[in-house]
Amino acid sequence: MSLGSRVEAGTARPTSKIASRRQRWGYVYVAPFAAVFAVFLVLPLGYALWMSLHNKGIATAGRSVFVGADNYVKAFTDPVFLEGLWRVLRFVLVMVPVQIVVALVAALLLDTLATRLSRATRLLIFVPYAIPAVIGALMWGFLYSPRFGPAQDVFGLLGLTAPNFLSSANIFGSLVNIVTWQWVGYYMIIIYAALRSIDPSVYEAAVLDGADGRQIALRIKVPMISSSMVMIVVFALIGTLQFFTEPQVLRSSAQGAIPSDYTPNMYAFATAFNYSQFNYASTLAFALGFLVFVGSYVFLFLTRKQSGLK
Amino acid sequence: MATSILTSKVRTDRTGREPSAPVGQGRRIGSHVVLVILAIYFVVPLWWLAVASTKTNAGLFAGDALWFGSDFALWDNVTGLFTHQGGIYWTWFRNSFVYAVAGGVGATVLSVLAGYGLAKYRFRGRSVFFALLLGSVMVPMTALVIPTFVLLSGMGLLNTMWAVILPSLLSPVGVYLVRVYAQDAVPEEVLDAGRVDGAGELRLFFQVVLPLLRPAIVTVLLLTTVATWNNFFLPLAVLRDPNLLPVTVGIYNWQALSNAGAGGEQVWNLIVTGSFLSVVPLVAAFLSLQKYWQGGLSLGSVR
Repeated sequence: MSLGSRVEAGTARPTSKIASRRQRWGYVYVAPFAAVFAVFLVLPLGYALWMSLHNKGIATAGRSVFVGADNYVKAFTDPVFLEGLWRVLRFVLVMVPVQIVVALVAALLLDTLATRLSRATRLLIFVPYAIPAVIGALMWGFLYSPRFGPAQDVFGLLGLTAPNFLSSANIFGSLVNIVTWQWVGYYMIIIYAALRSIDPSVYEAAVLDGADGRQIALRIKVPMISSSMVMIVVFALIGTLQFFTEPQVLRSSAQGAIPSDYTPNMYAFATAFNYSQFNYASTLAFALGFLVFVGSYVFLFLTRKQSGLK
Repeated sequence: MATSILTSKVRTDRTGREPSAPVGQGRRIGSHVVLVILAIYFVVPLWWLAVASTKTNAGLFAGDALWFGSDFALWDNVTGLFTHQGGIYWTWFRNSFVYAVAGGVGATVLSVLAGYGLAKYRFRGRSVFFALLLGSVMVPMTALVIPTFVLLSGMGLLNTMWAVILPSLLSPVGVYLVRVYAQDAVPEEVLDAGRVDGAGELRLFFQVVLPLLRPAIVTVLLLTTVATWNNFFLPLAVLRDPNLLPVTVGIYNWQALSNAGAGGEQVWNLIVTGSFLSVVPLVAAFLSLQKYWQGGLSLGSVR
C-alpha cells in the first residue's frame, strides 16, 4: 500500500547514532496502547480460538479436552446459527443500501443549499447518533407499540389503521427503520464533509457544458467521494453483521417475534450466559468474527480502486 | 493513500461557503421539502420522548401520544426516579458518567500517544504493528465480549467497574485517526527545530505536538466517549450487581421487567423519563460543541 512509502519518505533519516536511538522513543509512546491491545484484543481472540478447539463439561469431568474442529463442524451444521447468519445477511442486503442512499441524498441536498433551514436540518438528522442504541430501540419500541399508540395517531391522521409493527411479519422492517434512524446522520456527516472538500472549480466546467444539478451530483460528486462511500459501507457492514442491541432490546416488547437466537451474536450471548456453554459460544463468536473480518476484507479488496487503498 | 490527502483538505473545510453549484428556484423548493420531511422523521421520535416524559403512567396510555396530556408530571417523574428502588437510577447515571469519562479520556490518551509514536518514530516492528492495527479495525468488538468475560473472571475483575473501563481503553480507530492526522499536522521540521534548541522528546510532545493535534484529540475523545456511554453488550455481560450498571443496561432491565411483570413493576413513566434524561447530556454536548465535531468527525472519512 502506498501509505508505507509516504511514511518512509517522511521520517527516513536514521543516519547518526543519536537519531536512531531517538527512534526508540516510539516504543515509549506506543507501549501503553500496545499493552491494552495485547490484553483486550490479542489475548481474547487467542483465548476464543483456544476455547473453540476445546470442550469442557460434565462429559469431560469438568476438564478442558481438545476436540479439534468439532465445535466448528457443529456450528456450521447448526440450523439456528445458519439461520441467524442468513438473517443478518438479509439485513445487510436491505439495511446497508437504505442507510447509504438516505445519507447520500441528504448530504447531496445539503451540499447544494446554504440556507438556515438546511443547516438546522443537518444538525437534526445527526442528533440520533448521540442517542444510545438501547434508548433508540426502546423509544421506537414505544412508538411501534399498539398499547402506547403514537403510530396509530399518525396513521389516523391519514385515515389509515396502523399495522402491527411488532408482529413476526413486520419486525424485520421495523428493525431496519430503527437502525436507519440511528445511523444515517453519522454517515451523512461523513459524506457531507467529503463533498465539502471537493474543489468547486471542478463543477464550473461541467456547468459551462450545460450539466444540471442531478448530472453533477451523480457523475462528478459521487465518483469523487467514492473512498468515503467505501468506508461507510464497511462500517455499516461490520455493524450489521454484529447486530445485537436493537433486537435484544425489542425482544421484550415484541413478544414472540424475536427469539433469543435471532442473530448470531444473540445466539452466542444466550449460549454463553443462559446455558453456560462457553466453549460453543466462543466458537460462534470466533466464527462470526472471522466471517465479518473476511467479508470486510473481501469488500475492501473488490473496491480497492474506488477506495484508493491499493 | 487517498486518506491522508483527504485529511489535509478537510482542514481547509469550506464551512459557511456558498453552495457548491447553482440550482434553479424550483429545484431549491423541492430540495427544502425533502429536507423538511427528513428532519421530521429524525426528530419526531425525540419529540415523542420529551412529551412522554411529562406524562403519568396512566397518561402514557391515554392517547394523543404526540402532544402533552392534561397533567404535567415531569417533576413527579423525576422525583419518582429519586425514590424508585432507592433512587438507583441516579447511581446508574453516575456510573455511565464514570465509564464514559474514564473510558473516553483513557482511550484518547492511549490513542494520541500511540498514533503520534507510529507517525513520527521509525522503530523496529512499527510496520508490523501498524498492519496489525489496520486489521484489528475490522475485528467486530462483540466477538471479543465472551472471551473477555472469561478472562476478566479469571482476573477476579468481573462485576467491578474495571470490567467495563479496561476493555473500553482499546480504540484501534482512535490510534489510526491520530496516526493519519499527525503525519501531516506535525511537520518534521518543527520537531527538528525543537531538538536543535535542546528540547527533550517529552517536552516536544507536550509543548509542540499536543497543540498541533488538538482537532484529532477532540474527535477521538468524542468518538470514544460516545462509544462508552452507549456501550451495552459489554456491561450486560460482565456486570451483575445492579449498583454498577450503566444507565443503558439499567433501563433495559426495567423495560424487560415492565413488559414481563405485574402492575407494580410497570414503571413506564420512569422508563420514559429516565430515557429522556439519559440522552440530554450527549445531545447537549453535541449541540454545544458543533464547531469542534463538524470539522473533526469528517476525520472519520479518512478511515
